[in-house]
Amino acid sequence: MRGVPKTFADWFATRGWHIHPHQRDMLDHAQDPATLLIAPTGGGKTLAGFLPSLIELSSKTTEPGGLHTLYISPLKALAADIRRNLMTPIDEMRLPIRVEDRTGDTPSSRKRRQRADPPHILLTTPESLALLTSYEDAPRMFAGLQRVIIDEVHALAESKRGDQLMLALSRLQGLCPGLRRVGLSATVEDPQAIASFMSGAAAPCAILQADPGPDPDIAMLDTETPPPWAGGGAAYAIPTVLEHVKAHKTTLIFHNTRAQAELFFHNLWLVNDAALPIGIHHGSLDRQQRERVEAAMQRGELRAIVCTGSLDLGIDWGDVDLVIQIGAPKNVKRLVQRIGRANHRYNAPSKALLVPANRFEVVECRAALQAVRAHDLDGDPRGPGPLDVLCQHILIAACAGPFEAGQLYHEVTQAGPYTSLTQDAFDACLDFCATGGYALRAYDQWQRLQKRPDGMWQLRDPRSARLIRMNIGTIQDTDTLKVRMRRARGGKPLGEIEEGFAASLTPGDTFLIGGQIVRFDALREMVVEVSRDAGRTPKIATFMGTKFATSTQLSDRILAMLAQDDWPDLPDHTRDWLDLQQQVSRLPSKGRILIESFPHDRREHICVYGFAGRNAQQTLGLLLTKRMEELGLAPLGFVATDYATMIWGLEPVVSAEALFDPTGLRDGLDTWLAGNALIKRTFRASATIAGLIQRNTPQARKSGRQATFSSDILYDTLAKYDPDHLLLDITRQEAMRGLIDFGRIEDMLSRSRGQTTLLRLPRVTPLAAPLFLEAGRTPVKGAAQERLLEEETRRLMQAAGLET
Amino acid sequence: MGSGALFLPEHHLLCVSDLHLGKSERRARQGMAQLPPYETRDTLSRLEADITATKATTIICLGDSFDDRAAAEALGDEEKLWLKTLQAGRGWVWIEGNHDPGPLDLGGMHVAEFILPPLTFRHIAQVDQTGEISGHYHPKASVRTRAGTVTRPAFLTDSNKIILPAYGTYTGGLYAHSSVLSDLMQPTALAVLTGSHPLPVPMPRHPGR
Repeated sequence: MRGVPKTFADWFATRGWHIHPHQRDMLDHAQDPATLLIAPTGGGKTLAGFLPSLIELSSKTTEPGGLHTLYISPLKALAADIRRNLMTPIDEMRLPIRVEDRTGDTPSSRKRRQRADPPHILLTTPESLALLTSYEDAPRMFAGLQRVIIDEVHALAESKRGDQLMLALSRLQGLCPGLRRVGLSATVEDPQAIASFMSGAAAPCAILQADPGPDPDIAMLDTETPPPWAGGGAAYAIPTVLEHVKAHKTTLIFHNTRAQAELFFHNLWLVNDAALPIGIHHGSLDRQQRERVEAAMQRGELRAIVCTGSLDLGIDWGDVDLVIQIGAPKNVKRLVQRIGRANHRYNAPSKALLVPANRFEVVECRAALQAVRAHDLDGDPRGPGPLDVLCQHILIAACAGPFEAGQLYHEVTQAGPYTSLTQDAFDACLDFCATGGYALRAYDQWQRLQKRPDGMWQLRDPRSARLIRMNIGTIQDTDTLKVRMRRARGGKPLGEIEEGFAASLTPGDTFLIGGQIVRFDALREMVVEVSRDAGRTPKIATFMGTKFATSTQLSDRILAMLAQDDWPDLPDHTRDWLDLQQQVSRLPSKGRILIESFPHDRREHICVYGFAGRNAQQTLGLLLTKRMEELGLAPLGFVATDYATMIWGLEPVVSAEALFDPTGLRDGLDTWLAGNALIKRTFRASATIAGLIQRNTPQARKSGRQATFSSDILYDTLAKYDPDHLLLDITRQEAMRGLIDFGRIEDMLSRSRGQTTLLRLPRVTPLAAPLFLEAGRTPVKGAAQERLLEEETRRLMQAAGLET
Repeated sequence: MGSGALFLPEHHLLCVSDLHLGKSERRARQGMAQLPPYETRDTLSRLEADITATKATTIICLGDSFDDRAAAEALGDEEKLWLKTLQAGRGWVWIEGNHDPGPLDLGGMHVAEFILPPLTFRHIAQVDQTGEISGHYHPKASVRTRAGTVTRPAFLTDSNKIILPAYGTYTGGLYAHSSVLSDLMQPTALAVLTGSHPLPVPMPRHPGR
């Protein structure tokens, strides 16, 4: 084998392996400044990334020591797993290479030693890397670094963790100009975007494509019972799912939310007569529990695992031969990546089944199947690098030592996401770090940087470095509380639940966690104490999980399907349902926004079919109810799904023009920015990242409610007295995507050119009916509430004989 | 009034309770959760609006006007000046509260109680008093409507006394159906919810009291 040292060639031979073409490609490109490898899971991707490092390290005749390769993964668990996998070739070839991992879980004694005497290969996460760059001794530690391998770079590119990582790499590149970058990615819709994201301003980036393997064998699950009208549990499909588990070796059963996974797992066990070993895995479970499931899985002891996005990435499990996706996949790219978890053997087709959880999801699953077959992946273009992450980066730079503003600006613009950052934007961030901004200038705690007479910037109080380091990172954990079994001295940890959910519990309430029903006993110092509870129906845990919104591309496909005259490829029950809708009302279309208006149960309703995804439909609900309030239509509340928003109120809506005026909606967004819980949550996330509020302090971790309290008040203050504050600008930008997703409302308006069709109907329509069963209703506080309150207070006064 | 102030037209008298000015300053000083400094201005601007609307000539603050002594002393120059403007040409009575005992260097009259027969203004309500107007408890009340429960700061009133809701911007509250408030008020008491206009309801009571 050309270019492969004999030791390596022999090792491959003894294992009976051949070098994959893409592994060879990677060796050929080993000296490139940046390389992106796109390969399906199971293609020996990680080895392809490490092979050049192993060869370089083994061929060094003298032993200089020092860090050679840095490996970054989005998951802590992956770092540990990769270390185990790397040790096999290193031990078997007796290579003189030291590999260590470093994450939040690494003991501090080892962390200290790693800084003084780094290993050849260090495996870490973006957050741990950012922390390392904040130390004064970073230049010494990273001296001589040759290669950095970014695993699952497609996943990192989807969040601010990726932006932070690219800023940290820019810093490293400054310390080690010869540093070469390698990105490892799953299949993505736009490889070039990932390439420029990871390579930055300087280097051209070669894109290497591994053979994607055969197309997956994917279908919608056939069940005897049709799916229900609403809901996301898919309980109806459990007997059929169990049959499939029996017929396969190992099945992964993916869910979109943790609560659904818990419920499904519970119901699955109720009918699991053969007692097949089935486990559960999701991010709210205690780490030990998760590790136990992962270990059992690796030993091949489990027949099925009910899981969530927590298994989207990472550890390769060879024996999975079926993937089942419960609920609509919402996003084609993620579906393809999930399907890839099955049959990790190279060149074997993956087998997958989609299980729609309700009638509408039948349509969505069908659309997703079409998209997978057409290799039509979805994804939104990456926006420019967010400024809150930059603020944190400036503070991190200050921790490492005094810096010169111009030089830091130059370094930052070398990072892919920040190549177009303007000097003004950078200066605004620097000013925010130095003073806290105009409204907060009088407060010591926000004045963190000062300019020295020589023009260098430094921390005003060196002791603040500790606080900054404690708050490094961009992951916003939802505010969760630990759940433990109640026992004399700290019982068994089970996992975590959301603070809001915990607050809604009263002693005696039951909920599901880790597949068991537990009874809530007490809340003690941020720990939820529970005891076992047999055989009652649980009050389901509402822990967040991620509420994905259906992607734009998938929504478009659904709309295109609805535009057909007939649906021969849909099951009869769904076909009849769409037919009926066609008869009594109309089907939504891409060119016009369909609005149905009808009375039901003593209230007036409108249903707006915007197909803009859950988050945008939620925002639309907030904006429309605000507009309706102004127009005297007395709205009471609304509920949103991925495809529609339903609003109820006291007055009938007979015309939509006033409601859907784009300027009016945009103005609405602006004024509404002033006082809404979602925007406050968005603000809080950015304020935490930018260092305006601290989650972690040396004294204690702030509870979510404490942090919310002060961040809400900060928000109100800034909105009122300093509306141009940097953080409010950032919040406004964030509002275009994510939780608020106003960008997709804009898309919806431009797609339809603001044209609406309002149908005034005598009763609920087939398409609107499921919305009545949706959970997550948002009440509106306004004139309608005032009217009802007045009505009720008068009634109470009359009942008490105080008023006639 | 819907704002949480009490206006007695025959005396041109406006009464507010528990302004808690300087709360954020005190909390920052004591290392508690950080609150921004602007709540004082917010409270003062609402008070100014009420004074202008009612053309009141006497203002009574029913105690806990400042979050503590130091907060009163640390009040910014702008805020002090604003307060002086509001006081100009009006009678101003500071009643002592548990947070702010003793006189302050801020103009107006400082008393433990203020008597305007048949009325007595004091900070904390006493049992078996008549014609008493007080604050301290920050009362609030809930009403269940067709569209969910609504909770607001509320006046509590019976034939003998009125307890005012807190007027300050960041203040918590004590439910009318707590045992303390249920014990203080007669069975016929009303809770008057604040809001765009005041809404009376029979006072929600502690079960069994």
